[in-house]
Amino acid sequence: MATENVALAASAEGGTLVEPDTQPQSSQRNIVNDFTIQIATVNGSGSQSANLVLLKSIFRMGIPVSGKNLFPSNIAGLPTWYTIRASKDGYVARKKEIDILIAMNPETSKEDILSLPTGAAAIYEESANLKQFRDDIACYPVPFDKLTAAVCSEAKLRKLVRNMIYVGIVAQLLKMNMTAVEATLRKQFAKKVKAADLNWAAVQAGYDYASTTFTKNDPFVLEAMNATDGKIIIDGNAAAALGCIFAGCTVVMWYPITPSSSLVENFIDYAKRYRLEEDGKATFAVVQAEDELAAIGAVFGAGWAGARAMTSTSGPGISLMAEFTGLGYYAEIPGVIFDIQRTGPSTGMPTRNQQGDLLSVAFLSHGDTKHVMLIPGSVKECYEMAQSAFDLAEQLQTPVFVMSDLDLGMNNWMSEPFAYPDNPLNRGKVLSAEDLTRLGGFARYKDVDGDGIGYRTLPGTDHPLAAYFTRGSGHNEKSQYTERPDDYFNNMERLSRKFETARTLVPHPEIIQTGKSKIGLIAFGSSDFATRESRDQLNKEYALDTGYMRLRAYPFSREVHEFVAAHDRVYVIEQNRDAQMLSLLKLDLQAEDIVKLRSIRHFNGLPIDARSVTDDLVTQEGI
Amino acid sequence: MTPAPIDTPKPPAKTNRIGLQVLDYRGGKTTLCAGCGHNAISERIIDAFYEMGVQPERLMKLSGIGCSSKTPAYFINRSHSFNSVHGRMPSVATGALLANNTMMALGISGDGDTASIGIGQFVHMMRRNIPIIYIIEDNGVYGLTKGQFSATADIGSKLKTGVINDLPPIDTCALAIQLGATFVGRSFSGDKKQLLAMLKAAIAHNGTAVLDVISPCVTFNDHEGSTRSYKYMQEHEEAITEIGFVPHFQEIDVEYDPGTTINVEMHDGSHLRLRKLHEDYDPTNRITAVSTLMSAHATEEVLTGIFYVDTQKPSFTEMLNLVNEPLGTLPEERVRPSRAVLDDVMQRLM
Repeated sequence: MATENVALAASAEGGTLVEPDTQPQSSQRNIVNDFTIQIATVNGSGSQSANLVLLKSIFRMGIPVSGKNLFPSNIAGLPTWYTIRASKDGYVARKKEIDILIAMNPETSKEDILSLPTGAAAIYEESANLKQFRDDIACYPVPFDKLTAAVCSEAKLRKLVRNMIYVGIVAQLLKMNMTAVEATLRKQFAKKVKAADLNWAAVQAGYDYASTTFTKNDPFVLEAMNATDGKIIIDGNAAAALGCIFAGCTVVMWYPITPSSSLVENFIDYAKRYRLEEDGKATFAVVQAEDELAAIGAVFGAGWAGARAMTSTSGPGISLMAEFTGLGYYAEIPGVIFDIQRTGPSTGMPTRNQQGDLLSVAFLSHGDTKHVMLIPGSVKECYEMAQSAFDLAEQLQTPVFVMSDLDLGMNNWMSEPFAYPDNPLNRGKVLSAEDLTRLGGFARYKDVDGDGIGYRTLPGTDHPLAAYFTRGSGHNEKSQYTERPDDYFNNMERLSRKFETARTLVPHPEIIQTGKSKIGLIAFGSSDFATRESRDQLNKEYALDTGYMRLRAYPFSREVHEFVAAHDRVYVIEQNRDAQMLSLLKLDLQAEDIVKLRSIRHFNGLPIDARSVTDDLVTQEGI
Repeated sequence: MTPAPIDTPKPPAKTNRIGLQVLDYRGGKTTLCAGCGHNAISERIIDAFYEMGVQPERLMKLSGIGCSSKTPAYFINRSHSFNSVHGRMPSVATGALLANNTMMALGISGDGDTASIGIGQFVHMMRRNIPIIYIIEDNGVYGLTKGQFSATADIGSKLKTGVINDLPPIDTCALAIQLGATFVGRSFSGDKKQLLAMLKAAIAHNGTAVLDVISPCVTFNDHEGSTRSYKYMQEHEEAITEIGFVPHFQEIDVEYDPGTTINVEMHDGSHLRLRKLHEDYDPTNRITAVSTLMSAHATEEVLTGIFYVDTQKPSFTEMLNLVNEPLGTLPEERVRPSRAVLDDVMQRLM
């Protein structure tokens, strides 16, 4: 945060995005496939379809692209910004500088245009006369209402169609492939031919207007590449939902909360399509709970009874789940909890991004409680880790948290297609009636294998010795109530042993070690994108070589210790105020390694960007 | 020659319709106070499940926190049991039944567990018609935290500290009927015959069966002036000086006919006026059920019997149109779609 003193100049209308330390844009000509487009609009105005057509058309041209929706916690009427970044180099993190502004929100248009760097371009409603504020950018005034009225006779549809005008304007100015644009639009409106025709007419109207009116005087162009062949575009929540489908998740109980709701909503869509049997009966149950307490309670009830059960929530929901999660840990019940993190504490900024729940989740509940966290760093990992989470929860018989965030969960990302799972479902140590006959009984919490994990039976196992008593109060190996000091001590020691087992089973970090760098970077989750780009900046601009480790889980596996030990200084890059991941590392590392840790933090609600990381690191290094 | 003694053959052990003895339905030794109504309820549960011939392995016992919620340890050891968190057992039961809709569920709760901390989950369990027998072991006080009022305590009832309750009680039965429970009744822990009959009927019911069972607390309703109060006992029993002393009482045992009223003396010397529903009462009318309960409030009587039954409303698990087998143990080939499905999804995303 040292370099980005972002002022969200919060107006009574809900604020606008102004970043005062924005660097001037280079004035070089012909900037190809390397810029950002920002659509400043009002939430509820129906711009999402137009924005997605733009995003996916660029993708269809083979150009790496990413899109981010910055929106307020409100239904309609407040400012929202959708930012599309085209990057020939494949960078998908947020970029601070906006190169092309499409100013559709009169309330913020002045501030929006003032925030642009020199050399940028702006498209806006001509009556706004924004050119008066800037003479160092390319201005493209457009009579949106007039153009819309010409293609759309129905007044009530004009509000939606109006947004497609700017798709056409941008397409013409950036020299986009119109075949790709039309194909994208028609795919998006696949089942609505009339809507597709109308929207396409609006795109064409914008295109024609720009062709006949504007002389291009900005440097930005898009040229077809082949860097997206075979790739998909999906958001992290949909990817996680798909992972749950292929993980064989059977019970979902949830309470709606931004930014996690779309995970379960996607699960429902996929499940209805792919998880009904021939007779129409469901191999899944999804229930909207009365609150998060009920949601997590049902997850543990279902997990206890053998189901692969999950819920999806965000920070405030996590808080409400604390007591039950302690029960899940201590009674050793599998369950998967997706935490799509947002800013906190309290309500915070519900629609803004943060990696701020790490500490609260790691030790959620009271007493000596600690939890396994998986931390996806891409949509592909949202899909894969959803599956790993169910396997680990059942293997370890414990709650497992998947720590995604708003940026990853709700934004669209391009990705390699997802692979079909290689391994069968791992249902963990479950004894059948036959096992019980052979063994002559069992002790639920006995560490038979030395890994801290006992054997369990499921309710309904048809054997007189199958039953045991699950409780959150003190219990011995046979799950009998006890307050004996030695029983409690041994039980807690075994749970610690189990956590050590988790260390060996969780996804290992991804390590990129180049040369003999003395500086190591550690990032995780959605901070990965900016960190990768920052490493390139450091290398290119400062000839600074860095080693990189992307954490993928807590507890930390052996490689984490080795990575820190191998470097002189290690920067932990994260999106929260209190360096929460660094704190977790401190708890795990030896003193001689702890002193190597330094912190780069970003916590203004916007997704972290590479320039912030680079500048902060350079400052701390004294370069 | 002395004739060899003739062994009298032991009579064969009495078994139920599935060949199990009543011993197969027993649980651990109770650690509740002697005379606690909860123990009597546990005994009736054992009798009811034995007599109905429920396979113990097909039953899940679930509870929250409190004296009542300890009781699943004291009956039917062969059933899986889950002692969860305070007031939130309904959600655990819901999840467990979603995972395995072939099981029978028995929830044991208390008045604090149900009507205070757990009222949110209680009402949503009612409206969903979760297939569970939900017993409220109702004594009007918090036992495990040593005697605070619960939300079912009557106006005017007194704590041992002398504090008088001035808030009206929540009638869990009226609430349950209003919210959609399909089997609702109230009984008294000491009325063996009625409670057993009601439990057996509840076992036969498919849907939420709420049984509010008045269950006297022997320890924490011993207020000033009671001849059986803790203080009275200390003053009149020289040998008793231990602070943690809990008086021993016999369980209260009552029997009375349908349509009649009985005055029951509680452990603290106070009286409870029970009235049993008449035999020709029609429990299928929801409006009549609520109105009958309200009338009993007006006469300060505790009405007992089955107030309301609806056998037509589908249970929650039926509404979800689940496969017939337990979701929790479906094999991989039924819960993981094929490779072709993933390919199809990927194609759509390109």
